[in-house]
Amino acid sequence: MPSLVLLLGLIAGWLGLGLAGLLRPHSVGFVARVIFPLGALVALAVGLVGLSALLPGAIAQVLVLPLGLPDLPFHIRLDPLAAFFLLLLGSAGVGISFFAAGYFRSGQGTAPGLLCLQYHVFLASMAMVVLADDAYLFMVAWETMALSSYFLVTTQHRIPEIRRAGFLYLLIAHVGAIGILLSFGVLQGGSWRFTFDAMRGQTLGPARASIAFLLALGGFGAKAGLVPMHVWLPEAHPAAPSPVSALMSGVMLKTAVYGFLRVTLDLLHTDQWWWGGVPLAIGLGTALFGAVFAAVQTDMKRLLAYSSIENVGLIFTALGLALFFRSFGLQLFAALALSAALIHALNHALFKSLLFLATGSVLHATGERNLGKLGGLIRRMPWIAATALVGTLAIAGLPPLNGFVSEWLLLQAFLSTPRIPKAFVNMLIPLGAAALALTVALAGYVMVKFYGVIFLGQPRETALAKAHRSGWLERIGLTWLALGCVVLGAFPRLLLDAAAPVTQTLVGATVHRGRATWAIAPIAPEQASYSGLLFLAGILGVVGFTFLAVRRIYHGRVRRTAAWDCGYPWQTPRMQDTAEGFGQPIRHIFGSAFRIERELPSPWDSAPRYRIHIEDRLWRALYVPLGRAVQRLADLVAVVQGGRLSIYLLYAFLTLIGLLVFVL
Amino acid sequence: MNPFAVARQVGAVLLAIALAPLFMGWVAQCRAWLQNRSAPPLLLPFRTLRKLFWKDAALAEHASPLFRSTPYVLFGTMVLAAAIIPSVVLDLPFVLVADAIALVGLFATARVFIALAAMDIGTAFGTLGARREMMIGFLAEPALLMVFFNAFLISGSTALPSIAGRLAAPPFIIYPSLAFAGVAFVMVLLAENARIPIDNPATHLELTMIHEAMVLEYSARHLALVEWASALKLFNYACIGFALFVPWGLASQHASPGTLALAVVALLLKLALAGAALALVETVSAKLRIFRAPEFLAMAFLLAVLGLLVHLLLGA
Repeated sequence: MPSLVLLLGLIAGWLGLGLAGLLRPHSVGFVARVIFPLGALVALAVGLVGLSALLPGAIAQVLVLPLGLPDLPFHIRLDPLAAFFLLLLGSAGVGISFFAAGYFRSGQGTAPGLLCLQYHVFLASMAMVVLADDAYLFMVAWETMALSSYFLVTTQHRIPEIRRAGFLYLLIAHVGAIGILLSFGVLQGGSWRFTFDAMRGQTLGPARASIAFLLALGGFGAKAGLVPMHVWLPEAHPAAPSPVSALMSGVMLKTAVYGFLRVTLDLLHTDQWWWGGVPLAIGLGTALFGAVFAAVQTDMKRLLAYSSIENVGLIFTALGLALFFRSFGLQLFAALALSAALIHALNHALFKSLLFLATGSVLHATGERNLGKLGGLIRRMPWIAATALVGTLAIAGLPPLNGFVSEWLLLQAFLSTPRIPKAFVNMLIPLGAAALALTVALAGYVMVKFYGVIFLGQPRETALAKAHRSGWLERIGLTWLALGCVVLGAFPRLLLDAAAPVTQTLVGATVHRGRATWAIAPIAPEQASYSGLLFLAGILGVVGFTFLAVRRIYHGRVRRTAAWDCGYPWQTPRMQDTAEGFGQPIRHIFGSAFRIERELPSPWDSAPRYRIHIEDRLWRALYVPLGRAVQRLADLVAVVQGGRLSIYLLYAFLTLIGLLVFVL
Repeated sequence: MNPFAVARQVGAVLLAIALAPLFMGWVAQCRAWLQNRSAPPLLLPFRTLRKLFWKDAALAEHASPLFRSTPYVLFGTMVLAAAIIPSVVLDLPFVLVADAIALVGLFATARVFIALAAMDIGTAFGTLGARREMMIGFLAEPALLMVFFNAFLISGSTALPSIAGRLAAPPFIIYPSLAFAGVAFVMVLLAENARIPIDNPATHLELTMIHEAMVLEYSARHLALVEWASALKLFNYACIGFALFVPWGLASQHASPGTLALAVVALLLKLALAGAALALVETVSAKLRIFRAPEFLAMAFLLAVLGLLVHLLLGA
């Protein structure tokens, strides 16, 4: 079992690098330029090990570590599912770590050395979550991940809003962790053995299995950001430094997907037909919710956070379909839906990290996160703009980039639902497909807004003219991720190949991959096929040919003038659409989804002021009453807290008596 | 790969490129007749294109490379779309590369690029047009996808030639779901091609224009390519409509030259009728207020979803 030992070594390497940062905690030069690039190389190695465990012929490896509590050693296991998520972690981690090397600089908040420790512990804990083979180690790694990311989110801990965002994140992470813990408690089924192997051996009744399933969905859903437990995402992601946002959104949300897959498709091997409906419905709702809310945001990182909610929704939609298909014995289609989920998780890790990092560069160059004060950066920061364009097109699900591949697979999975032999389900699925199509189209709207307002047009503030270019380390990180989007889009077969061992172990089938390496036809070539490479070649070929033909036959003469704009001479950059203006149609169409507070200036104001505040209705409908209820409950409990030592001693005494009575 | 199939493929694409401006001219002519105006010559679009190609391009000072490359990308996506849609022959080798879902993606790519280009110069009209175009698009795109899903439920394939071949094959059956899809498709076609009642291709009135607002900053060869791409888009939509709703007359795999010629005649006939019908629709309807456009498109979307439900309910 060499590759598992190698992996442990690599994870230890990450921890070691993190500790090394403490040697010179205030030296940005040492921490950023030396340690972070080394961390990136470790990430590359982790990704490669993950890839090697997905190659045909690789077998699952297990290892028992003599760590942990007495009688409770740590079990670890490298199987295809774990390997796929290690590949995801590694491939996104390379780009993010390289970028982080150029990104972090001294300032207020956490010292660079400490940040470096937290960052690498975060990476290592995510790898351990994926490798864990017993509930104990899983929870330890899961909590380490939550805590290390909490400290990373609150890097700028002197700002009250950031402390508040961090608290919200920690709270919901722990509510989720309780759900996961309880789910494992049900899964052990009375055997009191907490290795995953023992759990696989248990046969639970339908009621118990359903409870475990729902607890897992709730627990992992809180981490993934499913509605209604999404509220921490748009707060925590903007608060964190950009590489951390990228890591959280691109990779950490996927560990929740991993956990859900592990519990539902691996540990629970009985299933009820209705199980799939729950993640499917919640996923679709989440996706649509995320897309609609992303369209009205004015802060670029909040916009991306809502877009992450949308993408997680899409992944859970695909998982729901996979569960549906599996419970009706349609293994091939279950494999198709599961592949769509896995591939979308990987794709999202690449393009969302890319976009978060790009916002980081913009933030550094301009000091602005507010879309309303940006604009025209394509001329100041061409490299960032070019890579961000790739990410934008990929996340909008446009061919021939990688985002389209997973959406295509998901739509194909939806189209296979008429084969489900249950009329009721059959009727509901078209509505699901419609919601999915709407979400995908809205994502395009959101991304045009994101890219157009930041990078195109004219600078909305004069200060933007001083925006400086990014460093070369940042460029390496961005280019790596952008290349990933293009290559995986051109060779979708690679994605299917990577997902195949996972679907084989989890649902017992793989999609058809055919002999042709340049095209995919997951069900049958007559039904549907797609080739990213030829698509790309086709577009580039026609574009190139047209360009040359027009140049050759006619001419390439260009005269530079002022913008025409119907001849209106007094244009200012403020006449462009703001982010708010661009989102206005969505606000208009989906008005009832938001709680809008608007302050309009009157014509007689000497200093007119326009203010709009858009809020999630769930805050007031769910979280505020919930908070009040908890407060009331706490007040009731507070009655017994007299604040005097003698009373507490009395409690202890009474408890002892009670226990004695109970024992005797 | 069969060289004849490739030749037919290339031929079909070239035919599309050549016929698209002609179709535009035909629609304009029909419209003029119906509105009691003297009609412009049929070949006017070609003359306009030729004139535009010879002119010097005037470009805003701060236009980025994205702005300059977008016309080529638009033209490229529309040509590629023409390679997927069966207009004359059913046997298109390129169909293995992209199916109907990819076709919707291709249209979306074109839309995203033109909207980005419109925002690039940073004028009031450009961003206004981009916003409106994306608003139309995010409702029209799922509606079009749902129309294709209707066809999929009948034919079991998302490849357009397979759909057309399956629908054209005897026996002749009337599918109620396709009736819903047909109405939805016509509504999407009108919206996506900037026709009345959503947009007016002949207007430059600030408050109402959508497509024209986005291309205001283009001139000369760039504008020519944009216009040609728009013509190709309309032609492509018409051909999608033919493939889904009147799939007869397409030449099959082993067609003789005679049958091919017949297929071209059938296409011309269909185009002539469709152009006249389009002009009629545009003449009898008034332009909607921009705020009404979402309702119009939501109706198209719901009709297409209803078609799906009808199909599943009736089991046919």
